[in-house]
Amino acid sequence: MSDQLIWVIIGMGIVTYIPRMLPLVLFHTNNLHPRIQGILKNVPFAILGALIFPGVLTINPDSYLYGLIGAAAAFIAAWLNLNVILVVLTSILVLYGYTFL
Amino acid sequence: MMPSPAMPREHSPAHWKKGISAGLPIAIGYMPVAFTFGLLAKAAGLSLFETVGMSIIVFAGASQYIALSMIAAASGAAELILTTFIMNIRHLLMSASLKERAEDDPKWLKAIYAFLITDETFSVAATSTEKKITGSYLLGLGLVAYSCWVIFSGVGYVMGSGLPESLQASMGIALYAMFIALLVPAAKKSKKVIALAGVAAVLNYLFSLIPALSGGWGIILSTLIAAVSIEFFIKGDDKSE
Repeated sequence: MSDQLIWVIIGMGIVTYIPRMLPLVLFHTNNLHPRIQGILKNVPFAILGALIFPGVLTINPDSYLYGLIGAAAAFIAAWLNLNVILVVLTSILVLYGYTFL
Repeated sequence: MMPSPAMPREHSPAHWKKGISAGLPIAIGYMPVAFTFGLLAKAAGLSLFETVGMSIIVFAGASQYIALSMIAAASGAAELILTTFIMNIRHLLMSASLKERAEDDPKWLKAIYAFLITDETFSVAATSTEKKITGSYLLGLGLVAYSCWVIFSGVGYVMGSGLPESLQASMGIALYAMFIALLVPAAKKSKKVIALAGVAAVLNYLFSLIPALSGGWGIILSTLIAAVSIEFFIKGDDKSE
């Protein structure tokens, strides 16, 4: 399909861009009902929950434990108020260490 | 077009800088994912041009991976594009949510930074503690993530061999660790945040057991159900603002 492939990629780009762009650019939502505003403010935290779980368990297809250990390390580091980049580096290091156990 | 010769209101270098440094954890997380994408694209028979082109034009990790497996399986163009759409329709929610927080920037600028919305850039921007999110911040954040994604797709393709396995595996935690780092500070301050994330996580787990809801729909449904139901059940506990 190689001749056609670049057109497929462009099509993928268009259908990905439209949902990204529509609400932000085209919708007129200045007078949204407070309830809808509340729901939209809830979205980031709900989506974080859905992005983390169960995906984090699958980073190593052989063992759920691997993802759990990494998540626990990140959780502890974040609980101690380390900034985001340190949380990320801590969990990578912990898992890197764990692979040598 | 805007009526006035509209420049973004907050165009200060300070906002750019904030955005760029907020994008660094995403860059670390994207590195191994983009690298592996480049590698797999080569294995699936794409050219370097097509591989980097896909990262430049689409900029959406999970759907690019799925596209590779569909190309390898000789799926049709329509099927591929439809699957991409379904995978990425969740950005609709993020874009709408971001609109509530974004500065009143001119439309052309919004049209640019809308392209840079991903799970990761959205999560970082939406959990930032600033009251209003500026265009400069979003561009700084998005462009760091985007350039890392594009460059490392190409690097992965050209290098053509994997990272050391132990490093590759441990770096797989990076994006999840970032999500956790974004969630925990807000969760410490608000039970509502805990409820939102918890309900969405449990629902997404249940949906992941249903094959028809695995690619894309599961995340949208669990997010929507959690965001709507908790808005009705929990009132006035939101100290996170």
